[in-house]
Amino acid sequence: MPKTIEEINAKIKAGKAVVVNAEEVIGIVREKGIARSAVDIDVVTTGTFAPMCSSGIYFNIGHSKPRIKLEAARTYLNDVPAYSGFAAIDIMLGATALPESDPRNKIHPGDFNYGGGHVIEELVSGKDVCLSAATYGTDCYPRKKLETWINIRDLNDAVLYNFRNAYQNYNVAVNVSDKTIYTYLGILKPRMGNAVYCCAGQLSPLLNDPWYKTIGIGTRVFLGGGSGYIAWPGTQFNPSVPRTEAGIPKRGAATLSLIGDLKNMQPRWLRGVSMQGYGVSLSVGVGIPIPVLNEEILAHTAVTDDDIPATIIDYSRDYPQNLPDVLGEVTYAQLRSGRIRFNNRDIPTASLSSYSRALEIANILKEWMNQGAFLLSQPVTPLPGIESGLAFKPLNYRPVERNNSS
Amino acid sequence: MKVSRKIVLHFPARLVEEAIAYRLVKEYNLQFNILKASIIPDSEGFIVLELTGEQEDYDRGVRFLTKIGVNIEALSQNVVRNEDKCTHCGACLTVCPTGAFEIEPGTRRVLFMHDRCIACSMCLKACPPRAMELHF
Ligand code: SF4
Ligand code: SF4
Repeated sequence: MPKTIEEINAKIKAGKAVVVNAEEVIGIVREKGIARSAVDIDVVTTGTFAPMCSSGIYFNIGHSKPRIKLEAARTYLNDVPAYSGFAAIDIMLGATALPESDPRNKIHPGDFNYGGGHVIEELVSGKDVCLSAATYGTDCYPRKKLETWINIRDLNDAVLYNFRNAYQNYNVAVNVSDKTIYTYLGILKPRMGNAVYCCAGQLSPLLNDPWYKTIGIGTRVFLGGGSGYIAWPGTQFNPSVPRTEAGIPKRGAATLSLIGDLKNMQPRWLRGVSMQGYGVSLSVGVGIPIPVLNEEILAHTAVTDDDIPATIIDYSRDYPQNLPDVLGEVTYAQLRSGRIRFNNRDIPTASLSSYSRALEIANILKEWMNQGAFLLSQPVTPLPGIESGLAFKPLNYRPVERNNSS
Repeated sequence: MKVSRKIVLHFPARLVEEAIAYRLVKEYNLQFNILKASIIPDSEGFIVLELTGEQEDYDRGVRFLTKIGVNIEALSQNVVRNEDKCTHCGACLTVCPTGAFEIEPGTRRVLFMHDRCIACSMCLKACPPRAMELHF
């Protein structure tokens, strides 16, 4: 008997909804079967906590006396360059921005101790952050320089806005070359000395709803310790990748653009990270509730790490050269066992995505619903499915001929 | 008085690890726990070990090692994990040469086994939130 989101919300308000996490649902379905479980369970909660580079914040600092406009200013937050090419005092900061003084990879591998992700974490922690800006004056905005401490409590608006989060599946990185390489998936030892993956597998939001039957634009989610919404499909949204018979994408497929009030978030779930030899980023906690509207939706949430394949990619040559080669496939169950067997070798595995934190998120979401503090939202529009024909295209590179002869 | 210290031994190729270990146990009443060893045949080797015994035996043992050409360094650095910063991702798992990190079954939290750590510092910069800290 299908349910509606309104019916489930009524149960949540009455404290009667049955909410389980995406790990628990596996055992329940095994024991009771799909039909019975679909009647019993109202919501399945998912979670993921990993570096998500296309994350950022925007905020409004309020007007100074005399006024300044930062529209074409050079604007820095704790020396990290921010973007302020908007109306007067709106500022945006990306997770991967680095101070100009950072030595980068001049001595390889660089440390990348501090950047945008760390500023975001400090701001969310309630720490003061130094804003400095220099620009030109106008009749209505005469001030040319501003240097001040800012604090999240004083900001008019502070919003986390991420272009691309919660990738539906991801690559497993290895290094077939003879030397250690430093990537956004961490340190990769030579001759396939290790394999690094970055996905919450059976707990991952979009792997529990592979065809986007319930997760859509307008879905209310756990974001950074507070609540937020799916604003749009994420960048690089790519639903048409190869899938298993059950519909699980074998490669990175859908992504989400997420938005939420930074003032309600917590540093535990927005953590600045440093990737040696690569750069900085922000680890973001995301959790999405999946309403069990029918048996099909429930059946998808019972997905296990055994059912989810991931593709092994060489990051020493194939990834940097953007070659389509895939070395092989493994399941998340194999990856989580600590070793994968590949080409007659045992390769130790490591993860960048925290499974224990993903589980914690799924449980927080569950707790919120048990307390009636979090209601489900009805998506306004679905995410584009494979019928959309949407595909992630490579750059159409067209070299620019410049005539410098004069 | 009983002492227990972590030390690094560098020894020339001519010395055989087993023979040294045997004498430390037999003649100097010392117990040891090898934390890490790298012995490549016909080249210089090193072992990191925890040596335990009476102070007197310990001193005699160290004198013996020095005499036969073993270079001894104290492992004075200590690597600790800042529990507030660790996100239990597991990036450190394949970086640590001694297997000091393990996943706890069930919770899938990343355990740090300090007694296996030889303070090599490999994990310090490999940890994305920089939770591993070097103390002197
Ligand atoms: S890499 Fe750092 S944060 Fe991740 S589990 Fe290891 S110590 Fe914890
Ligand atoms: S310092 Fe880190 S990498 Fe080195 S032994 Fe200790 S835990 Fe392992």
